[in-house]
Parts: sequence; structure tokens; C-alpha cells
Amino acid sequence: MNIQEYKDIFHNGMWKQNTGVVQLLGMCPILAVSSSVVNGVSLGLATAVVMALSGAAVAPIRAYVPNEIRIPVFILIIAVLVTVVQYLMNAYMYGLYVVLGIFIPLIVTNCIVLARVEAFASKNPAAQSAWDGFSMGLGLTAVLAVLGGMRELFGHGTLLSGIDLALGEGAKNWVIHVVPHYNGFLLAILPPGAFIGLGMLIAGKNYLSLRAERNRKSGGNIAQVEAAPALN
Amino acid sequence: MKRIARSTLQTAINLVFFAAIGTAVLSSTFFLTHDEIVKSEEAEKLKLITQIVPPSMFDNDVIQDTLIIEADPLLGNSENTVAYRARLMGEPSAVVVEAVAPDGYSGKINLILAVRASGELAGVRVVSHKETPGLGDYIELPKSSWIKGFDGKSREAYKDTDWKVKKDGGQFDYVTGATITPRAVVKAVNKALIYFAANRDNLFAVSVNTSQKVKSEKAKEKQK
Repeated sequence: MNIQEYKDIFHNGMWKQNTGVVQLLGMCPILAVSSSVVNGVSLGLATAVVMALSGAAVAPIRAYVPNEIRIPVFILIIAVLVTVVQYLMNAYMYGLYVVLGIFIPLIVTNCIVLARVEAFASKNPAAQSAWDGFSMGLGLTAVLAVLGGMRELFGHGTLLSGIDLALGEGAKNWVIHVVPHYNGFLLAILPPGAFIGLGMLIAGKNYLSLRAERNRKSGGNIAQVEAAPALN
Repeated sequence: MKRIARSTLQTAINLVFFAAIGTAVLSSTFFLTHDEIVKSEEAEKLKLITQIVPPSMFDNDVIQDTLIIEADPLLGNSENTVAYRARLMGEPSAVVVEAVAPDGYSGKINLILAVRASGELAGVRVVSHKETPGLGDYIELPKSSWIKGFDGKSREAYKDTDWKVKKDGGQFDYVTGATITPRAVVKAVNKALIYFAANRDNLFAVSVNTSQKVKSEKAKEKQK
């Protein structure tokens, strides 16, 4: 148990190795469900839960899985967990289940889940693996939240629309109408809006990372940093 | 050779073992959540039905009082669908049927209609569609109240020529730049009302809580 180790894992998932804006894995859900904050965060959290559970499930059995069949076994475990999450959402969050629809079973095919299981959980103990999966999922959720917020704000002029689907009728008046009587901006809602928004987020992340690096080296060789803008 | 066979067998047993565990976890989750899923699906259906059939119009268990309807070109569907019957004091008051508008701007538009015993429309809702967001999607209730324009309409009040958008000389509103969508919906609703008129007795005839197949008039003629 080393606090620093957990901090590093968390920082990796949220920022340094962020699945959404650095690794660019799992583009399908990012582009498809980021049309509003609620949709994005819901699918992001569902993915985070699946990733944490699959990390925790794969790590303890890693010694018993022969190398040749590890991928089928991992996929099997992930598929079981996703289906369990799907049943639970269908039973207890029906409205949201209908909205997210096909994207819940598609978490299985989200390469980021298998990637973390293969790259991390198959080499590390259970607690760290679960934490890694959760951190990665949370990083994805953060990107989906920001991207969903941007698209919803520009597309519909609202924030948090559809929150009642996730939290029940009582949350209906949480919806924020940022721009009243907004006519809508179709581009932001349609798929191109997702690509443009994601591009901006990646640019923003790179800008912040490079600036942080430059500050750290302040007085050092700035030209070198500019010449070779490493992604991470 | 023997060693390869043994290690293959071991691998296979390993895989079967994990598959068995996975199946056990899945089936137990299924049984734990099954009742809740059925309940929420029925609640959702009832919510949709009460949107178009006001609760004051029925006192029966609409979800259970069903009837299987064969596919009919007038309904635009290609598979059997379920109709729900609303009754007040045992008397039929309305029937809820599904219909499909096949000629939307981007594919099929699935509708649900409630027709009163008198032949008047109690209401129409769009269940699913692929029309352009922000343009053709005003047929959805959350986006606009256009779909409520069907409330109370019937084929007695409106002739065939009225069952068109205003642009085509009919009685129904439309939004400039998105006429294909409402045109498809109006046409499908009109056809569904023709279906209702032809099958009215069959739709209401059956006694409470018995599901029975209703053959469309056309199918009957064919049999003769």
C-alpha cells in the first residue's frame, strides 16, 4: 500500500495517459454519446465501473490463465461484466437505458477496456488494477462531460438536459437553460461537432501540458521544447 | 504428441471453466433483475399509452388487454404488432395501435396511435424516427406540439383531400424546409384510420383479457 503509487495511477488516468485526449482509444462512444452532459457522463461512469470491475476480476486470476487464451478469457470476463451492468441499468434506470441503448453493450468492444486489462491488470495486483481501471474510466468520463457540455451548450443552449432520466423526475428542474429561446446550432449536435470539439480538447490538453513543461524548464532550453512537442 | 494433446486439453478445460463461471454470474443477474426489468418496461409503455389515452377514459388493465394484429399494408408494418384496448366499465373506449410511416426523410417513422371507439383520434405519438435533428424532428412531442394537431381528428370530419399538409392542399401544418417528414406522418395516420374503420369490430370484439389474433379484412378475403 503506497499512497504515491495510487496517486500516480490516478494522475495517469485523468491526465497524463487520458484515454480520450491522449491515447485516443474508444472513439466510438466518445463521438456518439457526447451530445449532452448527461449522456456522456452516464456512459463514462458505466465504462469506469466496468473497467474497475474487470481490473479487479482479471488481476487475481492472471496466474491461472494460460497465455494463449488470455484474450478470449479477458473478453469473456469483460462481456459478462458489461451485461451485468446492462441488466442493472435496464432494471433501475430504464429511461437512461433507452437513451444509451446500443452503446452499453458496445462497452465490450471499447478497446480501452481490453487495453487496460491487458496492459495493467494482467501484470499488477487486484487493488491497483481496479484503481487503474477506475481512474482511466474517470478520465474518459471527464472528457465526455466537457465535450458533452460544449456540444450541448452550442447545440441546444442548455446544460444537464435529460438529467431526470438518470436521477428521477425530481431532478427535472436542474436543467440549466444557459441561453433562453436558443434556436440551436445543428453542427454541434451532429457527428462533425464531436470531431471538432474533440480536436479542440486535444489541442487544449497539449497546450497545457507543453506550458507546464516549459514552466518546469523555465530558463532552460525553450526552443528545444517547441521544436519537439512530444504528445506526453 | 501426447504432451501437446494434454496441454491443449488443459487450455480447453480452462476456457470452459471461465465460460461456466461467466454463465453462472450472468444467469443469476438475469433472474435477480428480470422482474424489475419487466416492471419498468410495462411502466414505460403505460406512460406512453396514458399520454394519448387519458386515464379518465379507461379503468381496465390496458397493458394486459392486448390483441395481436397481423401485419397490414395500411399500418405500414411487416410484422405482427400488439394492440392495447382501453375500456371503461367494460365498454370499449379506445384502441392503441402501432403504425409505420415508411416514407420519412431518412427511413421509417414508428408511430403509436390511440383511436376512440367513435373513430376519432385520441392522440398520436412518434415512438422512434431518424429524421434530421433540429429540422424534421418537430414531430416529437418534446420538440414541438405539432403532433397534438391530430387530437380529435377523424375521417368523418376530414376527407381524403384534407389528410395532407397545407402545402399540398390539406389541413395539417408543416414547417418550411421540412415537409417530407410531416407528409409521411399524416399519410400514415390517415391509412391507420382507414384500417381502424375496416377492422373496428374485430379490434374491439374480443372479451377482456383474452389475446386473440385479428386477421385484417384483406387476409380474410384471401382465405375465402
